[in-house]
Amino acid sequence: MSAAGDPVPPAGPVPSALLAPAVLRAERITKEFGGLRAVDDVSVDLPEHSIVSLIGPNGAGKTTLFNMLTGLYRPTQGRIVLGGRDITRSRPDVITGYGVARTFQNIRLFGAMTAVENVMIGHHARMRAGLFGSIFRPPWVRREERDTRARARDLLAYVGLPQAVFDRLAAQLSYGDQRRVELARALAAEPSVLLLDEPTAGMNPRESAELTAFMRRLRDEKKLTILLIEHDMKVVMGVSERVTVLDHGRKIAEGEPAVVRTDPRVIEAYLGKQD
Amino acid sequence: MSGFLRRLRERERRAAAAVARRLPPWWNRALAGALIVIGIVLPFFFPPDSGFMNGTIIAVTYAVMSLGLNVVVGFAGLLDLGYVAFYALGAYSLGWFGSDFFFKLRVHVLVSPIANTLQGIHLNFILILIGAAAICAAAGMLIGLPTLRLRSDYIAIVTLAFGEIIATVAVNGQSVPVGGGMTLTAGNLGISAVDAPYFPGTGSFSLLNLRPWYWLILAILLLVLFVNLRLRDSRLGRAWVALREDEVAAVSMGIPLVKTKLLAYSVGAVFGGMAGAFFGTYYTEVNASQFAFGFSIFILAMVVIGGLGSIWGALVGGLALGYINNYLIPDVLNDLPSKFGLHFQLTQVEFGIFGFLLVIMMLLRPQGLIPERRRRLEMTAQIAAEDAQLAEAPTGEVTVILPPGEGAA
Repeated sequence: MSAAGDPVPPAGPVPSALLAPAVLRAERITKEFGGLRAVDDVSVDLPEHSIVSLIGPNGAGKTTLFNMLTGLYRPTQGRIVLGGRDITRSRPDVITGYGVARTFQNIRLFGAMTAVENVMIGHHARMRAGLFGSIFRPPWVRREERDTRARARDLLAYVGLPQAVFDRLAAQLSYGDQRRVELARALAAEPSVLLLDEPTAGMNPRESAELTAFMRRLRDEKKLTILLIEHDMKVVMGVSERVTVLDHGRKIAEGEPAVVRTDPRVIEAYLGKQD
Repeated sequence: MSGFLRRLRERERRAAAAVARRLPPWWNRALAGALIVIGIVLPFFFPPDSGFMNGTIIAVTYAVMSLGLNVVVGFAGLLDLGYVAFYALGAYSLGWFGSDFFFKLRVHVLVSPIANTLQGIHLNFILILIGAAAICAAAGMLIGLPTLRLRSDYIAIVTLAFGEIIATVAVNGQSVPVGGGMTLTAGNLGISAVDAPYFPGTGSFSLLNLRPWYWLILAILLLVLFVNLRLRDSRLGRAWVALREDEVAAVSMGIPLVKTKLLAYSVGAVFGGMAGAFFGTYYTEVNASQFAFGFSIFILAMVVIGGLGSIWGALVGGLALGYINNYLIPDVLNDLPSKFGLHFQLTQVEFGIFGFLLVIMMLLRPQGLIPERRRRLEMTAQIAAEDAQLAEAPTGEVTVILPPGEGAA
């Protein structure tokens, strides 16, 4: 991720951000699959323009929580509120329209579409052309199509994809470039809340550091609120104003990164109990 | 062996690249214009009642159906095995609204002077076409609804059942009263004496002069082609491909699943219905025996042989199978076995011939005659990856290719 300069000091928690009203709030949500409680009575607040991290061992329920926030799963219990609007029972595409976009842990690009087309799909919810608009293609549809394409190219440049591969199929891109395209696709939805599921997976330390800086840039330049699932503690400690720790579907700790990392329950969840 | 294959692919790829470089940007438009002109003047080179004209008309109608099914199966990736249902509904629209079948009624809208004196409902062919489109759009939604929560094979099963239901209703409709002694369909007896299309100022549509029929179906084909091309390069077309590629990612990016899928079913159904209405009047009969399951598979074979998802592929696939089925086998090659002293006619083994063609296609050119751009790119990417693997790996050793960057973590 091309982050030119980094005005924000590293590991800079911004306490004032935590006072901002929550844009996205999960209130005591639970998800059961058969007898299994993948997420158990968890509440999460995302204050506006903040970066919150969600950590926990594998199988802790982080991605399940993401899937509920984006409408892919419906919570068994509890409520999800986005900017004062109850979205607990909303469809995923509607939630995207309200301004929540995401990336996936195991990149889910449309492999047979080009990088630009992938990003144009991200803009789908902001476009208006329907069946007859698409067939008759009046001037406003042509304009919309042209603008969307131009936007997509701008966003790909913004996330640092080399121009030479803009029109290459997503499946042919390198792993790092695929991550960039996925991020651009999420940004094309013009979200106010961005959910990133392990964005640094498979990256080397230098790339991770770049992405960390880029996330701050996103928060400041695009006025985004970011919820991050991350395993790389360096990234988590460096970028988040608040960390929420899940284990076996339950929230076991929450707070500033420095506090959370010394919490005995967190250490136990990660390293096991010492006898 | 692998070296030979690699060289072959390399040569193919270079040839394709060379062609792409040589053609100027206006080439496509010029080619399209030339083809349309050839299409329009084609009947003047053949006798107006020839077997070739008949074969051409049927082949063009097949192409319309193939283009319709391509929207559902090719664009949106929803395997539909009951497409014959829309042929049936289109044909029955013609039977209901363009014959004396509902003999207790007398409705006439813009029809020929002869039809004006007859009993039954007689609407102008254009109105019937619009009616067939509307009925099929609704039926397309109906078949779409129960498949929304299903994937691939299960969609195929539900659509197959839908096709069978419509076909069975068509057969048994002759004992379904709709009031006044009239029934829903005429079953295997068929609704006959249907109206020929009538447009003031054009020549008459008779079976001695097939030219007007040809121009009518050509106009329908061009309309369907236009809609297909526009949809492919649109917000809706992109959404279909995205759903086909990854449903979860697509809905997460704001694509409404239900609406987008139902639109694919509906658009495909409308084209099938229009072709069905044309067949109804061209065959001068709407008979339940025309709507067998095998016909759904036949249209699917056109799409697959042409190249799934490719508009030009569906067109060529439809025309090719249409010509083979309705001209080449019955008119040209039918007596071929007898010349070798064999006592059968080629029409008796036509399903065997189609099966053979399909197998040959799958072996030699699985991507279809004119593959979709995306699939072509995918295939070349796969080939490139395979080639790289073959080049690197010593024989007998299996290597795992990691995506670049992953190994670094």
